[in-house]
Amino acid sequence: MSIFVDKNTRVLVQGITGREGQFHTRQCVEYGTRIVAGVTPGKGGMEMDGVPVFNTVSSAVDATNADCSMIFVPPPFAADAIMEATDAGIGLIIAITEGIPVLDMMRVKRFLSTGKSRLIGPNCPGIITPGQAKVGIMPGQIHKPGGPIGVISRSGTLTYEVVFQLTREGIGQTTCIGIGGDPVNGTSFIDCLDAFEKDPDTSGIVMVGEIGGNAEEDAATFIRDKVTKPVVSFIAGMTAPPGRRMGHAGAIVSGNSGTAAAKVAALKDAGVYVCEDLGRIGELCADVFQF
Amino acid sequence: MKIHEFQAKKLMGAYDIPVPEGGVASTLKEAKEIARRIGGLPLAIKAQIHAGGRGKGGGVKIARTFDEVSSHAGSIIGMNLVTPQTGPDGRKVRHILVEQGLDIASELYLSLTCDRESGSILIMASESGGMDIEQVARKTPEKIVKVLVDPVFGIRPFHLRRTAFGLNLDKDVIRPFSAMLERLYDLLVEKDASLVEINPLVITNDGRVIALDAKIDFDDNALFRHPDIAEFRDENEEDPLEVEASGYNLNYINMGGTVGNMVNGAGLAMAVMDTIKLAGAEPANFLDVGGGASAEMIENGFRIILSDPKVKALLINIFGGILRCDVLAEGVVTAARNIDIKVPVVVRMEGTNVEKGRKILAESGLEIITASDLKDAGEKVARLVA
Repeated sequence: MSIFVDKNTRVLVQGITGREGQFHTRQCVEYGTRIVAGVTPGKGGMEMDGVPVFNTVSSAVDATNADCSMIFVPPPFAADAIMEATDAGIGLIIAITEGIPVLDMMRVKRFLSTGKSRLIGPNCPGIITPGQAKVGIMPGQIHKPGGPIGVISRSGTLTYEVVFQLTREGIGQTTCIGIGGDPVNGTSFIDCLDAFEKDPDTSGIVMVGEIGGNAEEDAATFIRDKVTKPVVSFIAGMTAPPGRRMGHAGAIVSGNSGTAAAKVAALKDAGVYVCEDLGRIGELCADVFQF
Repeated sequence: MKIHEFQAKKLMGAYDIPVPEGGVASTLKEAKEIARRIGGLPLAIKAQIHAGGRGKGGGVKIARTFDEVSSHAGSIIGMNLVTPQTGPDGRKVRHILVEQGLDIASELYLSLTCDRESGSILIMASESGGMDIEQVARKTPEKIVKVLVDPVFGIRPFHLRRTAFGLNLDKDVIRPFSAMLERLYDLLVEKDASLVEINPLVITNDGRVIALDAKIDFDDNALFRHPDIAEFRDENEEDPLEVEASGYNLNYINMGGTVGNMVNGAGLAMAVMDTIKLAGAEPANFLDVGGGASAEMIENGFRIILSDPKVKALLINIFGGILRCDVLAEGVVTAARNIDIKVPVVVRMEGTNVEKGRKILAESGLEIITASDLKDAGEKVARLVA
């Protein structure tokens, strides 16, 4: 099993005719993902590699029964694209776009609360259930299908590094999710932890966090109270100076809040195996995840 | 993006938010003209730099005579101002704000921020104005009023009442205070500010509510729809290498150490800095060349890192995902040929087509030290600068 996506997920791509949208749609199709539709306003009726393109999400859903949307729409229009997908009843929305204004995302979150959609991202690599479906921009071949480990992260390439080390140790993954590096996002660490805890095929979880906000501290409390499966964690940004945004819009230590040290302490306190040396996270997982 | 106090006050003025009468000067002559125009004494002379704690460093002075205007302005313009927030190197003061002094009855704290946890606008106010709000929050949390505003429904009269009554304001001050708060909210939302802070907000003896200080930060991601705000950027306040890097669309932050590093992806770039530190060395920078870095970006990255004279060795850590290792290796080789690299370079590559990539580096004739994994890379580069 897996969480959120599998081989039956019917994906539509918003922004399918753009450079990024085209490139990654092809990569996803190559991996085996079922891409059933694309949406680019004004290009309805066209095809992209045989995938039908529609003017609106709702017409695409009517024609194809898509239940998941992957969004590559540029930042000025991305908030609207997420809301359009929600309005059309798409169950799972994956927003890859980086650079959406924070006030736009605040309004998007309120809009999401009016429907039943789950948003992953924005500013994220997407989600992959190895061997079944890749809805995102991650390199598929570094993943190992079959589980038993679930991976959750705020970062892109840092996640690839972790997954690569897991695969090298012979440890497969059920699902890997990038929840994104923005300060206001959709699905949280806690949502993913909860889903992995309930997934019978997932036996352990790797959580990759970074400086900024208190999502890791909240996750630590949740792990302590609700998660029975072993959790390994890495927190990036021990050396990051306060007040500076480290690449991701959400990666900033403000005053005394959001430091890596506080996150590590909270996670250790919750019984999480915290890896201090990223180069060794594969070995640590091999040690911890002996089932 | 940060802006200067005088720019923040200009913007507030445009929103009818009361600020002291004053003007910005970059020469003594201009300062005197502004003082004459204001007419009255005392006057405040305030250094304009993007850092707090200016008063502590001698960057804010009160002139009680016109002679003092000249002497204070003369000493502050051009000074190298060191405050707790500038670091030991300080900042050169290029502008001063000359402002009318006020007859102050009390000082408050007021700020509005985009609160990431609640996804709302957070109003924070306190009767303890003029102090570090984090200290107030630690020592006397009961003195801080917090009100959350849903950005969809906007600010409502009850939000204003909760804030004003929470501050125990005098009855006749409530109305001007509430009007000001409402306009500050409009400013934040309309201009995509991430922080609007007034510390102190003063109430004068004649019952006026005035922003004595003003700080506004903006959401970089929203600057595309505010060309007027983007104009406020002052590159003099930024590290010159960081300015140059932003011109190449590279995410670079100078860290002051000796190990330069180039990484694709922000999270991994932070983790590589941590790895360098863990191996016993100090990172010289944070540099994210992006998940899909091109050969050109790698070359520009090399240029930026190597123009920092403190750099004694360079670590390149690339996780080739969508971007293949052979393409990256070509980029490194081309860049190394185009730029005269005088420091040792350690390369750690992993991911798609890594064997091809390693072969390209090995056959390039360049003196590149290859590392087998991240830990190995950290240790090798740390030994080089030890």
